[in-house]
Amino acid sequence: MDARTIPIAPLLPAAVATSPRVKDAAFEYLTTRKDELIGWARKFSLFPYPFVTACCAMEFMAVSASPYDTDRFGAALPRFSPRQADLLMVVGTVTHKQAPVLLKVWEQMCEPKWVMAFGVCASSGGFYQNYAALQGIDKIIPVDVYVPGCPPRPEMVIDGIMQLQDKIAHSRHPVITDTF
Amino acid sequence: MDTLPSFPNPVRSIFEAIRDDSVIVNIGPSHPATHGTVQIIAELDGERVLRTDVHCGYLHRGFEKECEDHTWHNLIPYVDRLNYVSALVNDFAYCDAVEQLMGLEITPRCRYLRTLLSEYSRVVDHLTCVAAGLMEMGAMTAFLYLVMVRDFMYEHLAALTGARVTYSYGRIGGLARDLPDGWLVRLEEILVQYEEFVGRVHALVDRNRIFIDRLRDVGTITTADALSLGVTGPILRSTGVPRDLRKDTPYLAYAELDFDIPVGIKGDNYDRYFVRMREMDESVYMIRQLAQMLPGGPINVDDRRCTFPEKTLVYSQIESLINHFKLVMDGPSVPPGEIYCAHEAPNGELGFYLVSTGGGTPYKVHVRSPSFVHMGAASRMLDGGQLADIVPTFGSINMIGGECDR
Amino acid sequence: MAAASDLEALRRELVPAAGPATLSHGSFVFVLAPRELVPTVRRLRDEFGFDLLLDVTAVDWPGAVLRFEVVHHLYSTAHKVRVRLKTRVAADDPTVDSLGALYGSAAFMERECHDMYGIGFRGNFDLRPILLYEGFVGHPLRKDYPKQREQPLVPYRD
Repeated sequence: MDARTIPIAPLLPAAVATSPRVKDAAFEYLTTRKDELIGWARKFSLFPYPFVTACCAMEFMAVSASPYDTDRFGAALPRFSPRQADLLMVVGTVTHKQAPVLLKVWEQMCEPKWVMAFGVCASSGGFYQNYAALQGIDKIIPVDVYVPGCPPRPEMVIDGIMQLQDKIAHSRHPVITDTF
Repeated sequence: MDTLPSFPNPVRSIFEAIRDDSVIVNIGPSHPATHGTVQIIAELDGERVLRTDVHCGYLHRGFEKECEDHTWHNLIPYVDRLNYVSALVNDFAYCDAVEQLMGLEITPRCRYLRTLLSEYSRVVDHLTCVAAGLMEMGAMTAFLYLVMVRDFMYEHLAALTGARVTYSYGRIGGLARDLPDGWLVRLEEILVQYEEFVGRVHALVDRNRIFIDRLRDVGTITTADALSLGVTGPILRSTGVPRDLRKDTPYLAYAELDFDIPVGIKGDNYDRYFVRMREMDESVYMIRQLAQMLPGGPINVDDRRCTFPEKTLVYSQIESLINHFKLVMDGPSVPPGEIYCAHEAPNGELGFYLVSTGGGTPYKVHVRSPSFVHMGAASRMLDGGQLADIVPTFGSINMIGGECDR
Repeated sequence: MAAASDLEALRRELVPAAGPATLSHGSFVFVLAPRELVPTVRRLRDEFGFDLLLDVTAVDWPGAVLRFEVVHHLYSTAHKVRVRLKTRVAADDPTVDSLGALYGSAAFMERECHDMYGIGFRGNFDLRPILLYEGFVGHPLRKDYPKQREQPLVPYRD
C-alpha cells in the first residue's frame, strides 16, 4: 500500500456508528455548528425597520448617529420596506388607531424576524393608561426584547440590541428544512 | 393562506379618483419621512399631486383626558411629551398658565433661566427639524453634524435636569433645581461648537445647486392663505410677516433682550430652512445675553400653595409635613377661573387653555397645538406639486406628532 | 397684553350685539348666543382685524341645562389683542354654526371638537374622525366617558 492512502480505523465500531442515538448526536453537532454560523451572520447584519411614532424617535436618531452608533453592531441600515427588514423596532407609543398598521407591517415581514419594543410605551403603554393607547405591543405581536425607558438612554438601546444578538446567537436557525 | 388577512382601516378617505388616468397612493402612516405618524392619501397624475387628504391622529394618546385625572403638578411630564423635541418650552408655557391663574409672580432668576432654556430648546428643535429634513433629501453628512451638536446639548441638559429628551423640569412657581457648577462654562463651549458645525452645514448646503432646485419655489404658501389657515411660527414668518409672540406680546424676559425676527421672501421651503437657521443664530445670541444677565436669588417662589418645602423642614416641622402631603396628594390649589396663555414655541403659537373649578386637579386642559393647525394647512402646500416634493415640504412644516395629536 | 384703549373700543362696538364682556388674564371674553356667533366673528374679522382663528374647543358641564360651552379663540396680529367667544348649547342638540367660510383653520379644529365632544358644526361637511378612528363609539372628553374604556381595532393575542 503506498504512503498516500492511509487506512483510517473507524472511530466507533460499525454497529454503534449506525445506531440512531449516535446518528442523532452527529446530526445535532452539525446543526449546532450550522446554527452558530448562521446566528453569527444574522446577528451582525440586522436590518431594522424603525416603526417610529413618538418621542423615542429622538433617542432612535441619537443612537443611530455618533457617538452611540448602531453601525458598530451591524444594525445601522434601516430598511423602510417590511419585506427587506428583519428587526421591527417599535419606537414610541402605539395607539389603537395605529395598531392595525403595526400588525400589517409585522405580518408583511419575512422570517426570520425579531421585534424590539423600544420605550416603555411600546413595552406596556407607558403612563398613557387610557382609551387611546395600546397597553403594550405584545398584546398584538410577539416581542423579543423590551427596552424600557421614557425615552431610554442610547446605552440602554445598545444593551437591548446586544441582548437580542445573544438571543439570535443562541437560537435555532432552520434554513433548509423546517428543522435543519 | 387561502385568503389574505383583513385589517380594519382606521380612516376613511374623502375622495375617489376624479379622472381615469389618476392614481390614489397612500403615504404613511408608517413612513420614514412622515415624522412618525401621519397618513397622506394623494391623488396623483403621474408624478404630479392633484389632491391630498392628510390624516393625523395616529398618535392621539388622550392627553386631555389624562389631565382631568391628575393634579396640576402631575401633568408636567405629560406636557413635556407634547412637542417632545423642545420639551422645556411646553413645560414653561404650562407652568406660566397655571401661575397666572394662581396669581403668582416667579422670581427674577427663574424668569431669566426659563427664557434661556426656552431658547436652548428652540435651538434643539430647529436642529432636529433641519437635520431630519436634510437627511430625507439625502444629505446624510449634514444630518450627522447637526445631530452631534444636538447630542452635546442633550447631555448638557441631562446634567441639569436628569434626562436627555423629556425633562419634567418646570415646576409651578419655579423650576425643579438650580444650575449645577460649571454649567454655564460648558454652555459657552457648546455654543462655540454649534457655530462651527452649523457653519459647515451652511457651506455644504446653502448654495448647493441640487438643494436650491429642490427647495426653491416648492411648497409655497402666501401670507393671506397662511393667516386664514391659522399658520403661525416659522412658516408664517417665511411668507414675509414678522409676527412673533416674543416681540408682539413679550413674556418671560424677552422684553429685555436684543434680537431680530428673521423673515423669508416667498414662503417656500428654502425660506423656511433659512428662517430656522437664522432663528437658531438669534437664539444663540439671546442665550449669550441671558447667561450674562442671569441674576442670583432663589429659583422657586416662596409660596406655600405650590412650592414644596425644604426636606429638612418636612422631617422636623408638622406644618411643612402637612403642606408637603397636601401638595402631593391633592395638588396645588388653583382658584376657579380660566385662562388662555400662549408662548412662541419653535413651531408657532403654543397655547394652553385651562379651566379650573378650584382644587388640585384641572377641570379641563386644552392645548392649542401649532402642528395640528399646520396639518390643516399642509394640503394647501402639497397640492399641485410633485410627489417627490411631498417629503421636503412635509419636513419643513415640522409636524411633531405628540403636539399634533396630543 | 392688550392696551386698555383697544379693549374699550371693542367693548363699545360689540357689546350691543354680544352679551356680557369680561377681561380674563389678557383675553377679552364675550358670551354669545349661538345665532350671534357667525355675525360677530365676521365683524371681528372684517372690521377689527382679527385675522387668526386660533382655537375651537368645548367644555362639558354635565350638571347644567346648557351642557356644552363652545369656546373660540381669536387673535389680531395687527393690534395684538386676544378675544375668547363662548357659546352654550344643550346636550340634545349640540350644534353651532361652522366658521369654515371665514377661516380655513376652522376645518380641522371643528373636526377635533366634534370628535372629542360630539359638537355638530352646521356648514362643515367633513366631520370625519380626525384624532379618533372609524368605528370609535362615543366622545371621550365628555365627562361621562370613562377614561379607560378602550375600543381596540385589532383582537389581542392570547
